[in-house]
Amino acid sequence: MSDIKSRGYAHPGVLVSTQWVADHLDDTGVRIVESNEDPLLYPSGHIPGAVEVDWTRDLNDQVCRDYLQQEDFEELMSRIGVTPDTTIVFYGDKNNWWACYAFWVFQLFGHKKCKVMDGGRIKWEKEDRPMTRDVEKYPPTDYRAPERDDATHRAFRDQVMEHIDDDGPLVDVRSPEEYSGERLHMPDYPNEGALRGGHIPGAKNIPWARAVDPESGTFKNADQLREIYEKEQGLRSGDNVIAYCRIGERSSHTWFVLTFLLGYPRVRNYDGSWTEWGNLVGVPIEK
Amino acid sequence: MAQIPEKLQETIDNLALFPDRASRIELLMATADSFKPVPEEVAKRPFKEERRVKGCESEAFVFPVQREDGRLDFHFAVENPQGISAMAMARILQDSCSGAPLEQVIAVPQDIVYKIFGEELSMGKNMGLTNMVFMVQNEARKQQAGETGSEQ
Repeated sequence: MSDIKSRGYAHPGVLVSTQWVADHLDDTGVRIVESNEDPLLYPSGHIPGAVEVDWTRDLNDQVCRDYLQQEDFEELMSRIGVTPDTTIVFYGDKNNWWACYAFWVFQLFGHKKCKVMDGGRIKWEKEDRPMTRDVEKYPPTDYRAPERDDATHRAFRDQVMEHIDDDGPLVDVRSPEEYSGERLHMPDYPNEGALRGGHIPGAKNIPWARAVDPESGTFKNADQLREIYEKEQGLRSGDNVIAYCRIGERSSHTWFVLTFLLGYPRVRNYDGSWTEWGNLVGVPIEK
Repeated sequence: MAQIPEKLQETIDNLALFPDRASRIELLMATADSFKPVPEEVAKRPFKEERRVKGCESEAFVFPVQREDGRLDFHFAVENPQGISAMAMARILQDSCSGAPLEQVIAVPQDIVYKIFGEELSMGKNMGLTNMVFMVQNEARKQQAGETGSEQ
């Protein structure tokens, strides 16, 4: 049994190891996608054959605060040479924080064959696996995507309000200081745009990075995750959960963990997150 | 109002010649590749915590060294090998602010990071890089006030 399969995840097939990726570098049915916070990281060297998906340029609408639309997604998929049958493997910096964000956006368009490389970029580098600066160009494809489905994996502010009324579980994945309202921003960072400090009423504070082993950068096993999310914070495996952070990027990592590693039936990411809720007129907060 | 260091203005002007993202990234990559970490005669590991740039996940450190003319040379360390943008920023600040008039270093505007890297930066990345600039400026202010912050 592989290391990943032995960890007790609900959907272990969503994770692949660095060795699996190394074994599939020439697999035409696999496209490796790097997604980072640092825009210079991919050009500085990446897994051979990997393409870059940039979260600001490729995943966001350039005018509206929203994600790309169906036509733009089709264009993106065509550019990176992907068909609906292509298995996409995401990896990136910061414990796959941005890789999970890209993965989440791809789910809004229903691309089912998505995986994450466990341990991310740092693990690949530490293992001295090959890196290149060559940017591979793939023949464009004729990719047809469905309309973006916001209902399944995404939550909006009115739905969060209803969720509060229903006493539904909310997970705030920001730092404890942001959660408590002591800070309006990450430690050592200036204010990032919220007028009020605190959290959405009823939210549990489970910082996103707790799901990752700090030494290896790989995801913790299912028992360790259940210890954090369920025994410590009281979530239950059948829960309908909404996760949020500041703009929905860190919480997409937690969405990934709860949905695929622990198998929660319904997890939504509130991407409006604290930059919306902390500025909204007339909504309650807790400190 | 004081001008910014001449070499920094040159860098910004050069980058402005490359409005497309790919060319700009190529130029910044070359800059990051030319980054040289702080020499041992200036600072040895473990570096003092007071030299660490707050909020910079690339684990950047700034080391000012006073010159005979009272101006400062700046050296940097970037301990996270994935801190490519921090290395590029460090190289730009080292080249442009070392030996520059202190008032010009202090006059570097807050939006310099966006001017260098473009606006497609995450808030966190922008803040980490901006804090590098702030730390350099704080050292210049201390030097101007006679509170030497030089590393030796």
